[in-house]
Amino acid sequence: MSSTSLTTGRAWRPRVPRRHVPVLATLALLLVMYGVGVSQYRAFSNVQVVFNVFIDNGFLLVVAVGMTFVILTGGIDLSVGSVVAMTAMVSASLLQDGLPAALVLVVALLIGPTLGFLMGCAIHFFEIQPFIVTLAGMFFARGMCTFISDASIPITDGFWTAVSQERIGDPRGNFVSIIVLIAFAVVLVAAYVLAYTRFGRTVYAIGGNPQSALLMGLPVGRTRIAVYTVSGLCSAIGGILLSFYTLSGAPLIAIGMELDVIAAVVIGGTVLTGGSGYVFGTVLGVLVLGVIQTLITFDGSLNSWWTRIVIGGLLFAFILLQRLIGIRFK
Amino acid sequence: MNAVADRLRPLTGHRLFWPVLVLVVMILANTIYRPGFLSIEVKNGHLYGTPVDILRLSAPLMLVALGMTLVIATGGIDLSVGSLCAISGAIACLHISEAPDQNSPATVLTALALAFGAALALGAWNGVLVAVIGIQPIIATLILMVAGRGLAQLVTEGQIITINSGPYRAIGLGHFLTLPLAVFIALAAALLIAAFTRRTALGLIVESVGGNAEASRLAGIRSSRVVFLVYVLSAACAAVAGFMMTANVSSADGNAAGLWVELDAILAVVIGGTSLAGGRFSLGGTILGALIIQTLTTSVYAMNISPQTALLFKAVVVIAVCLIQAPAFRARFSRRRRGTTPGPTARRREKEQVPA
Repeated sequence: MSSTSLTTGRAWRPRVPRRHVPVLATLALLLVMYGVGVSQYRAFSNVQVVFNVFIDNGFLLVVAVGMTFVILTGGIDLSVGSVVAMTAMVSASLLQDGLPAALVLVVALLIGPTLGFLMGCAIHFFEIQPFIVTLAGMFFARGMCTFISDASIPITDGFWTAVSQERIGDPRGNFVSIIVLIAFAVVLVAAYVLAYTRFGRTVYAIGGNPQSALLMGLPVGRTRIAVYTVSGLCSAIGGILLSFYTLSGAPLIAIGMELDVIAAVVIGGTVLTGGSGYVFGTVLGVLVLGVIQTLITFDGSLNSWWTRIVIGGLLFAFILLQRLIGIRFK
Repeated sequence: MNAVADRLRPLTGHRLFWPVLVLVVMILANTIYRPGFLSIEVKNGHLYGTPVDILRLSAPLMLVALGMTLVIATGGIDLSVGSLCAISGAIACLHISEAPDQNSPATVLTALALAFGAALALGAWNGVLVAVIGIQPIIATLILMVAGRGLAQLVTEGQIITINSGPYRAIGLGHFLTLPLAVFIALAAALLIAAFTRRTALGLIVESVGGNAEASRLAGIRSSRVVFLVYVLSAACAAVAGFMMTANVSSADGNAAGLWVELDAILAVVIGGTSLAGGRFSLGGTILGALIIQTLTTSVYAMNISPQTALLFKAVVVIAVCLIQAPAFRARFSRRRRGTTPGPTARRREKEQVPA
């Protein structure tokens, strides 16, 4: 797919690179959904609605960015939801023990990447499928959560509550939280890394064809381990953001989140076999999920399970779209 | 020492050796920890005891894992089985709960047929996505895994449907010839699948498709038809497992029924020695795998450890089993061993590669 993705179609076709089609489709879908929302509900056009989507999904966005790296190499990381929960749990329990906030942040941010690094090593050195390794990682992290505590732990630390309650707003009263700023920072760094660095290009190359990447002399092993470490780091940041958002650590939080994350990445146009996709698409994917949630909340008569069904339907539509584009241009 | 090892080689080389050993060790450890572990008593003409409980509780997992074995043997994977369990259980319970006489066998049979039909249709949906449209199995079934739970909640309208039906409850808790009925259902499914795959060419075809779908197609096997079939079969197994799970508790919960069973099932298949890469499968191994997982779960609960923390143990088992199975890990390990004592390990590896 990626090897020919630079071709832009014949002269009589609109000059849209094929690899941009899924992202553009997501963008169109997002605009249509927002348009529907605005036309149905007057309050939907409020800027704060958009800001709230970011505030409510900031942690999801960060985790999805990490997952984008993994999926771009053709892998998958099922452990993210559990790592998010474990990070929040560890932070909450360490803060409860009275450790200084800075130290807790460092510890919390180290656990995720370490687990990711170990999983990457198992995947690379022992050639075990990413699916199984990260499944074990998921079991492990979720088990650790309840090992730390069976009940949810509230966070009362001054730094955490300050970050959680800080409102950064415009004069008209709309605001975002620090969560959103951190999420944006992660997105920008990730987009830069993927687009302009040697590491980013190696990620795309591995996803396109691992054998070729190896023969080209690219550091396949190092990069493959690195993407799981990156995903672990993003999950850890996501966990911290979630603990800012909820001001607690709960052992059963973020169950099934890995599926939402994978869905967001796929709806964002990243091809699951790897090699093609953008961080920007992932941002759109997360927004689509967020807007679905908002629409369903606004409607009031629809129940939350409709979210699952709609996400499943969209997942299907986008996978089919990717498949059709793949076939037509082959 | 070497002579003993030589004599044991045919035994240790058997592919069910490791699963059996793990199971035996686990039962021994349990018996040491809790001497009453193996005791079975007869009450009201039925057998009771921890081993019987393990058999009964592992029946749904066994069913799901049997279907999963064939899917994995074709090189695929079916993530939607948990949702399918929830959907089939929800449909069956909904039908029974609306009937005037919940105990009438006709009602229960209609409910089972309806739910089974729905599961077959959803299995066919998976099959079409994978075999006809050609979407990666993990993704194709992910769709139903996400949407399916929503569908199950839609059927139950987000409530937990409680029923009071004797015949339906019998699927999960009934007895037949002193043993739980669920065990017989799982056993019957296993024998049926074994007969179809090992007494006809179907098993060989499934393995050849898993080995190389394109080559099988060129050799004259209708690969896509076989692939389609295994997904329908997996859905059918999941549906029956769903009946058992909901019958066990006489209620259908769209949210919780069959949660994470897909992961346990995959684990059971992998422990049983079926390679995730496809190309060969072992039904006996899968049954052992399901028993191992249920024994592990039961023994962890017996130690007063919460179900969530039990996941830690499962994680350790998954990693250990995968490492043992990983050719790269074995090669590394045996190379180190060969450096000091040349011989046995290297020869055994060569031998193992032949039948695969």
